[in-house]
Amino acid sequence: MSAGPAGPDALDAPPLRIRRLSVSYATDHGRIEAVRDIDIDVAAGEFLGIVGESGSGKTQLLLSVLGLSAPRAELGGSIRYRQQELLRLDSAALNQVRGNRISMVFQDPMTALNPYLRVGIQITEVLRVHRGASARAAEQRAIDMLQSVHIPDAQRRMRQYPHELSGGMRQRVMIAMALIAEPEILLADEPSTALDVTVQAQILSLFQELRARTGTAIVLVTHDLGVIAEVADRVAVMYAGRIMEQAPVHELFARPRHPYTEALQQSIPRIDAARPARLPSIAGTPPDPASLPPGCAFAPRCIYRMPVCDAVAPPLLEDSPGHWKACHHDGALGKLRGQAA
Amino acid sequence: MLRYTVRRLLGALPTLLVIVTLAFLLLHAAPGGPFDSEKRMMPEIQRSIEARYHLDEPLWRQYLRYLGDLAHGDLGPSFQYRSTSVNEIIAQGLPVDATIGLTAITLALSIGGTVGINAALRRGTRWDYGSMAVAMAGISVPVFVVAPLLILVFAIKLHWLPAGDWVHGSPSHLLLPAVALALPYTAYIARLMRAGTIDVLNSPFIRTARAKGLPLRLIVWRHALPPTLTPLVSFLGPAIAGLLTGSIVVETVFGLPGIGRYFITAALNRDYTLVIGITVLYGALIILFNLLADLCYAWIDPRVRLR
Repeated sequence: MSAGPAGPDALDAPPLRIRRLSVSYATDHGRIEAVRDIDIDVAAGEFLGIVGESGSGKTQLLLSVLGLSAPRAELGGSIRYRQQELLRLDSAALNQVRGNRISMVFQDPMTALNPYLRVGIQITEVLRVHRGASARAAEQRAIDMLQSVHIPDAQRRMRQYPHELSGGMRQRVMIAMALIAEPEILLADEPSTALDVTVQAQILSLFQELRARTGTAIVLVTHDLGVIAEVADRVAVMYAGRIMEQAPVHELFARPRHPYTEALQQSIPRIDAARPARLPSIAGTPPDPASLPPGCAFAPRCIYRMPVCDAVAPPLLEDSPGHWKACHHDGALGKLRGQAA
Repeated sequence: MLRYTVRRLLGALPTLLVIVTLAFLLLHAAPGGPFDSEKRMMPEIQRSIEARYHLDEPLWRQYLRYLGDLAHGDLGPSFQYRSTSVNEIIAQGLPVDATIGLTAITLALSIGGTVGINAALRRGTRWDYGSMAVAMAGISVPVFVVAPLLILVFAIKLHWLPAGDWVHGSPSHLLLPAVALALPYTAYIARLMRAGTIDVLNSPFIRTARAKGLPLRLIVWRHALPPTLTPLVSFLGPAIAGLLTGSIVVETVFGLPGIGRYFITAALNRDYTLVIGITVLYGALIILFNLLADLCYAWIDPRVRLR
């Protein structure tokens, strides 16, 4: 057998490539476009944060990768994992990827685990299905996995039911379950949002620790910029189903280039400054996904708005290496800061 | 679990006492007595018969006497079928009803369950609409229509099965009555399972199971089935108690020696002991199967704690 030439799927190519992805639903109130024209890559081993308000399409984006969108969703574009086009896989082939090469952790660990089944079987079944592991081997591996997500007394926990565990413990079980088949990519949908603040921090540091140890790429979706700042290497900011800006995390926080990102940052209350009379917020509300404006979706709330913004949606373009933005405004930002001062 | 069961069984005694008392009072309040008939009996004979069955005593004494016998498991002599005790009548009839009832519930569960789950998995397809239309018909068409139709087709036209009568241990005599009895239950269970399965398939933990790449078979049987069983168990508890004590219509149409038929004639004849006896049996079975249903909940759903 000869090694093939290094093609577009060479080893250093990003394992997950999403192009022109759209997810939409036909409803009684017209067509809802949850995800619009998204281009994004997930590089091997990276920690990608996706941030956006609720309704910005970030969860829909994650679900579409594993074919978990609602049955009536219409998907367009391309999601390539290595050589496979995920949007066109049959269910048997898709099941080979799910939980095995790409796995997912959900927001609410209270409802995401099956309350009728012991924790042990819910973890081991992943190995039994994907690896054909024996019951004993799977059990041993599951216990090891529970220990590696810092669940004490793992052997006993295996025989317990989800309701016998605390919220943080359940999320650890979810993470153990998602990582037990050693996937290449882990998708995490607001994994710490439903937890206490202290538990939140523990879960986030667990993600970092596991990424460092296993080399699994993590895509973390959250509405919390603070979480992103803490853990991610790279950030994509979503608004009304589109990516507005995408950059390495320090770059995005130091030099935001999209007015929406800037406005988001300004609305984080600061602990080291005098408390303002009113917490800053972005004027206006996100657009109705059933009737999006023809131009930039953020234009109606944007303080840099120009006539072109209402007519043409700006494409996501690389502004400087690694820093992408979808905005017509080319000048410097900082207007908000100026106003606040 | 054991303590819970014992406590529930002890708690059933007052309930049974209320059932007995109500049945006793209602029957005695109804006009007429077991030995009243159109042709007049000689008063001496009437009196001697009533004395034999203690009907000449004051009501409270009859009541206490009945309770005393009941405590020993003796349901008393039948007033209508002389020289036969109620215990004997039940001992003869109950096995017939129980055999047909258990067969019917087995049929209803296996067929109704399969159809319901499949309809849920093929939601919105022709299979779904077709099976649910049949199920609706199964619920709507009464047994006294279905049973003669079955006889007409399978006994009279096709000569496959006997039209009625009862032969102990003969499956061919069992089949038609069991099917007739099972039909509405099958239909109801199919609808129940369809609704339950659709509900469960939308729950977050099923999405987790799908995200794990589990095959559909495992998702349905391991992850979705247990939650759908809870409403089924609530339905089955009382339903089984009813099935075991027989269906008057099915027994009449197929000429079966069950206890359902006795119940009607006994009520019309003021056969006090037989009516109360069957009522107590039915009440006890309902209580028993409701207890079994509660034990099943705890067995299915680990969050249910029995105290």
